[in-house]
Amino acid sequence: MSTLLGELTRERVRPETEHRLLVCGGIPCSSKGCREVKESLDDELRRRGIAAEIPVEIVGCIGDCSLGPAIIVYPEGILYQKLTPDDARTIVREHLVGGRVVEALLHRDPRSDEILRQRETMPFYCGQTRLVLRNCGVISAHIDDYLKYRGYAALARALTEMSPQEVIGEVKASGLRGRGGGGFPTGRKWKLVRETPADEKFVICNADEGDPGAFMDRNILEGDPHSIIEGMLIAGYATGARRGYIYVRAEYPIAVHRCREAIRQARRKKLLGENILEKGFSFDLEIRTGAGAFVCGEETALISSLHGTRGDPEPRPPFPAQKGLWGKPTLINNVETLANIPLIILHGAGRFVELGPEGSPGTKVFALAGKVRHTGLVEVPLGTTLRQIIYDIGGGIPGDKRFKAAQTGGPSGGCLGEESLDRPMDYDSLRRAGSIIGSGGLIVMDEDSCMVDLARFYLDFNQDESCGKCTPCRIGSKRMLELLQGITGGRGEEGDLERLEQLALLMKNSSLCGLGRTAPNPLLSTLRIFRDEYLAHIRERRCPAGACRALSRQQGSTEEGTRAEAETVDR
Amino acid sequence: MAVKTDPEEKLYERLDRALKKYKGKPGVLIAALQEAQEIFGYLPRKVMIQVANRLTIPLSEVYSVVSFYSLFSTVPTGKHRLEVCLGTACYVQGAEELLRELQDLCGTEPGKSAPESPFSISTTRCVGACGAAPIVKIGEELHGEMTPEKLPSLLEELVKE
Repeated sequence: MSTLLGELTRERVRPETEHRLLVCGGIPCSSKGCREVKESLDDELRRRGIAAEIPVEIVGCIGDCSLGPAIIVYPEGILYQKLTPDDARTIVREHLVGGRVVEALLHRDPRSDEILRQRETMPFYCGQTRLVLRNCGVISAHIDDYLKYRGYAALARALTEMSPQEVIGEVKASGLRGRGGGGFPTGRKWKLVRETPADEKFVICNADEGDPGAFMDRNILEGDPHSIIEGMLIAGYATGARRGYIYVRAEYPIAVHRCREAIRQARRKKLLGENILEKGFSFDLEIRTGAGAFVCGEETALISSLHGTRGDPEPRPPFPAQKGLWGKPTLINNVETLANIPLIILHGAGRFVELGPEGSPGTKVFALAGKVRHTGLVEVPLGTTLRQIIYDIGGGIPGDKRFKAAQTGGPSGGCLGEESLDRPMDYDSLRRAGSIIGSGGLIVMDEDSCMVDLARFYLDFNQDESCGKCTPCRIGSKRMLELLQGITGGRGEEGDLERLEQLALLMKNSSLCGLGRTAPNPLLSTLRIFRDEYLAHIRERRCPAGACRALSRQQGSTEEGTRAEAETVDR
Repeated sequence: MAVKTDPEEKLYERLDRALKKYKGKPGVLIAALQEAQEIFGYLPRKVMIQVANRLTIPLSEVYSVVSFYSLFSTVPTGKHRLEVCLGTACYVQGAEELLRELQDLCGTEPGKSAPESPFSISTTRCVGACGAAPIVKIGEELHGEMTPEKLPSLLEELVKE
């Protein structure tokens, strides 16, 4: 037995006894100056001659972006928030040298006015079940850290105790469904690839996180890249593939960098390459970066892009599982899906199905953003209600404004209104409500957000990103956008809504790929819930939310309103 | 001392060296173009022709790929590249107003090259920093929680640098 294998099969978790500092290096924190905070910590530790004893590590997003820049001080697990470089020096002086927690830099819960020291005591965290995000903000992206936290133990288990068929059986039994948006049963996909005979097969990690408003994949790639590599290794073993690709957006340079590093580290430990763990299984990985095209998140378009051509989708069937990259059977799984795999193999499908309702087991990471107090990544069991996510975890709407709607599933998804606050968030329940879980983008809107303009925004996006290959999507999205621009610009006419509905139906039924088939969803769902708002735009030339600049907010003719109206008539 | 060469010529030599590793391999066009854009800052016609010749791929195919992906640019960019994120979270937090203000301040529009302006503006679809929306990206730096009021001083600092 190889020595590494022996180590991997032993249980152990690093005990926290020593001081160490974790600086949140998530993108929102970076944009608020976390690097300066780290430099200041390093400087002060060096100046006091204790830099060698107290490591300062940049980690993936620790969660609540509204607290950034934030650091966690171990072993106590104290979370300091909204730091400046000066604050960082104070923490070194008071906490690390003096042993006194700096109360002024702790988080105060705005609802209870209570000071919360540890991350785990904050409502934002204690309402969560962080499995996929288990390592994010806890360990660095380095393989040594991952190994200390039972990293690659699932791979060791699969290679030593399970046949490929048993691995597939376990994934099937877990009921895991694709987390990228499709919701297709992962085990069935694996089985299809396994059973398609070919001399060569591929595993692709779809990290082309295109939904504008979703950032969990980025966070996992940056904070815990080895969990993805491990997931891909297990997928390769189960399906019979020897090569894998991570297709990642070029807009995520840090993720690309961390994945490259992670692959290098895994190769050095011989966890990638020939004869892994001396079990006769060989697998290696490459990274390919996208070049800015939303449609490439669609499986067949992604493969076109990997072929080095335009990211045009192809009709399915044949499915990529039968005929994919270079015409070979190809397994394509999303980042979050793959991050679930080591957990399922390590702890068993039985534990996995305990979470979430029937048909939607496991957890889902939502990217909570928009008009909500605490923004960031929220991982909860599927079936958690919208109200729990927005109010209990997210802390509600800032400025005492009223909740109006939440958009799930990005440009392919739909809106959920107030009446859906108590709806469980799972695949089937959201589909019934006219939306989708999608990749987990969750944008909260308050009374100041105009639903007509939101529909316009998403159609603008889809129209721009349509590849132009099929007519319904290319022309349909353009015509629909024109109609919506008319309505938000004060030029709406009677019959516009009917025309929109007709076009939407046409696009849904006749587009080639998922982009076109789902593009009308934001429009259709807002139209169903907020039809009055559309009508106010058309009949009264009024935007009740006050967001459309060409229209007035108030009913009747305030002076401002008439002027705006006059302007639009002139045009 | 090396013989003094035209700086542009040097770039083309660099491109040639870079393209060598892609020759004869399948599926490398996008990666090759990404590297070419890194060298030149954008993809002028002459560069596309060189890529097509070296990789023996029809120029039409090279152009079809360049025009398809939004990260490829066929126009030169200004000294300071400003990108406004138009992802949903940024949109909800007022990114469109930010973009309007930025256009006014810089006197240029997304995708336009304005030779006299030190700035070029573009829009991007989500940089994945939704927790700090709205975002303006300057070069590789992200600036979160932007407001129209913060823009003038930000631009002034850039010009000073």
